[in-house]
Amino acid sequence: MARAFRPCVLTANDLFDGDVVYLAPDGAWTRRPGGARLFEDEAEANRSLAAAEAQEDVIVGPYLAAAAPGGRQGPEPVHVREVLRAAGPSNYCHGKQAGS
Amino acid sequence: MERGSPRILVRDSGFQDDDWRGEFIQWSGEGDRSALPHGVALDVENTVPAEDIVPLFGRIALIRIAFPSHMDGRGFSLARYLRLLGYRGRLRASGCFLADQYAMARRSGFDEVEIDPTLAERQPEEQWLFRANWRTHDYRERLGRRL
Amino acid sequence: MYRYDSFDREFVRNRVAQFRQQVERRIDGSLTEEEFKPLRLMNGLYLQLHAYMLRVAIPYGTLDSRQMRQLARIAERWDKGYGHFTTRQNVQFNWPRLKDVPDILDALADVEMHAIQTSGNCVRNVTADHFAGAAADEIADPRPTAELLRQWSTDHPEFAFLPRKFKIAVSGSPVDRAVTRAHDIGIRIVRNGAGEIGYEVSVGGGLGRTPVIGTVIRDFLPEGDLLPYVESILQVYNAIGRRDNKFKARIKITVGEHGIEAFRQRVEERFRIQRRAFEGADRARFEDIRTMFAAPAYIEAPTGAFDAALARDPAFRSFVDTNLHPHRNPDYAIVTVSLKAHGATPGDATAEQMRVIADLAERYGHDEIRISHEQNCILPHVHRRDVPAVHAALREANLATANVGLASDIIACPGMDYCNLATARSIPIAQGIATRVKERGDERQVGDLKIKISGCVNACGHHHVGHIGILGLDRAGAENYQITLGGDGTETAALGERTGPGFASDDVVPAVDRLIDTYLELRSDEDEAFLATYRRVGMQPFKAALYPDAALATGG
Repeated sequence: MARAFRPCVLTANDLFDGDVVYLAPDGAWTRRPGGARLFEDEAEANRSLAAAEAQEDVIVGPYLAAAAPGGRQGPEPVHVREVLRAAGPSNYCHGKQAGS
Repeated sequence: MERGSPRILVRDSGFQDDDWRGEFIQWSGEGDRSALPHGVALDVENTVPAEDIVPLFGRIALIRIAFPSHMDGRGFSLARYLRLLGYRGRLRASGCFLADQYAMARRSGFDEVEIDPTLAERQPEEQWLFRANWRTHDYRERLGRRL
Repeated sequence: MYRYDSFDREFVRNRVAQFRQQVERRIDGSLTEEEFKPLRLMNGLYLQLHAYMLRVAIPYGTLDSRQMRQLARIAERWDKGYGHFTTRQNVQFNWPRLKDVPDILDALADVEMHAIQTSGNCVRNVTADHFAGAAADEIADPRPTAELLRQWSTDHPEFAFLPRKFKIAVSGSPVDRAVTRAHDIGIRIVRNGAGEIGYEVSVGGGLGRTPVIGTVIRDFLPEGDLLPYVESILQVYNAIGRRDNKFKARIKITVGEHGIEAFRQRVEERFRIQRRAFEGADRARFEDIRTMFAAPAYIEAPTGAFDAALARDPAFRSFVDTNLHPHRNPDYAIVTVSLKAHGATPGDATAEQMRVIADLAERYGHDEIRISHEQNCILPHVHRRDVPAVHAALREANLATANVGLASDIIACPGMDYCNLATARSIPIAQGIATRVKERGDERQVGDLKIKISGCVNACGHHHVGHIGILGLDRAGAENYQITLGGDGTETAALGERTGPGFASDDVVPAVDRLIDTYLELRSDEDEAFLATYRRVGMQPFKAALYPDAALATGG
């Protein structure tokens, strides 16, 4: 059974420091989860993923991750793994939750 | 490798054209061994048992072992075992290879590595020469292991 | 302790130079990520959830104060001020930047350390009993064997691209503290009928998705045959191990599919030929290595200060009860420094704590430190008269938690807080259980209880061999935890048995609470430990406590 398409963001890790990055609406990579472009069209998402796979010079391991539209803060992660990636580990205030 | 495409050999001195002029005979361990001519070059998969090649050692000039992926290390063990069993002819690794694996190939008993021009372009000669000093820093040699 | 000679030094430096070049080639595009990945993994560099992670080897868990201080320096200079000690005698830095890693590796090389083969489908860091060279019950120190294997396996040309990773552990005592039966190759030092020392070699053990207790392939291997024999096992595995399915690629599956007899026969055939390849230099090398692990020059002094503190100070008494183990020299003790303060992250040490441990090792411990697979630090040689001073200094640094072997001495992998493979978090579960255990206030009465938590089926947290094992899984995007009971990682190795349906993350701590209550009700007396009670009464009463409603409905 084909899985129904869910809205998603395109995410990866930065090649140089490994930080979580998201594809923004302007085509650049942003470190801010809320700054991600929310894909609501499957074909469009897959096209962007294919394009990202050719950007090995700046990012590693791009993939599509389910996301909810969120509010003014932008898209929000759905899966707990993506919640952790968007914030940082739960045992220390490190990573994105520590602020930039 | 595609027939007719230029083969590049990597040896300790760097890149060179292939100096082997003869044909390669694909050999899977099956078939009539006595039909093989003397001085033949064999193409083998990395899954062929080394013991099956032993009876042919006298008539083989070159064995080319395929590396289907740079993550598949079976060819290294096959080469080493062929040497342990007494094969003295030429031994060549061919296929998906990283420059970083050159020293492994030499230490396992290969004489040379054969790569295609696309790979040679992306991993140029100096990257292979960087690993050409394969005799140094080898723990097995320090532990007195013969090949 | 083993000291690098010029060969080791040049090898490690050269390796750093190679990796520096590989990083440059990745950045300039001559290596694709697919090609770079196995190379960075062979040098211990992972890409995790939030950042790169560098896994540094602590071969057979042994290090000295200088090395520990260097780890502290690396943590401060290139990371976030702490390190995480793992279940395989490694230390992980969770936040390095790619371009800094070659510099970190150079800093490690400065103190004879490296991150070589701490990942990838190669022979990994060889581990050993963390009480090696000190334990009262030891037949022989396993570390010379482990060091010989380290040298042999380092940059081994045949075995850098195996079907899957390969782990070897060595134990030198009848009591197996190195979990040898859960390793691809487990080596136990034994004596034969003639009194000669040799090895019992087991093969095909492993945890992970398909847990298997290793099978003995040779019950007595003469010491001198070690390298050709182990090399034969690896050669057979490299040739016939499966490469079509990652989950069936470990040697335990190879042995299972071919059968131990057929596998042994292949190994013995290879061994007859391999043996000729080793001409004796390995034995000479082994003897050299052995002299480097000579016992320290023990102090002869009265132990009155120890006895006085024991009589005077209840906190010291508690510490002695749990954190001290018998040393082969009766005037000495093995002191375990718990990295499991209640509510802290298991195995984490700050740079400051590392320096405290380094200072104590230098001042009171013949400059030796060990790291255990249980994620604690050990001062293996402390004269009893100095234990009170060590204890006082540890208290100052919040390192004197007296809980070794108790319910809060929990093994936990980094889980989904850090790890790319994880399916659930481990750390908050460990923190929750340890905090609850402290609230209960009865962990000393509960006694020996090993709780082990993994955040995915790969089982880095050894949950299969925990008396209580906890495995975190992903159930439709939510964390869910399966509990197993009765696992044992020692010489009486056994795999835990699943209790039943999993628990939501909030329900795990209450579940463990009920298991402890049930044990306390059922034990025959205070000397019967959790595992013994479980073995006597079986799963049923624990299951009834975990699933009260289900037990009524189904009768179990």
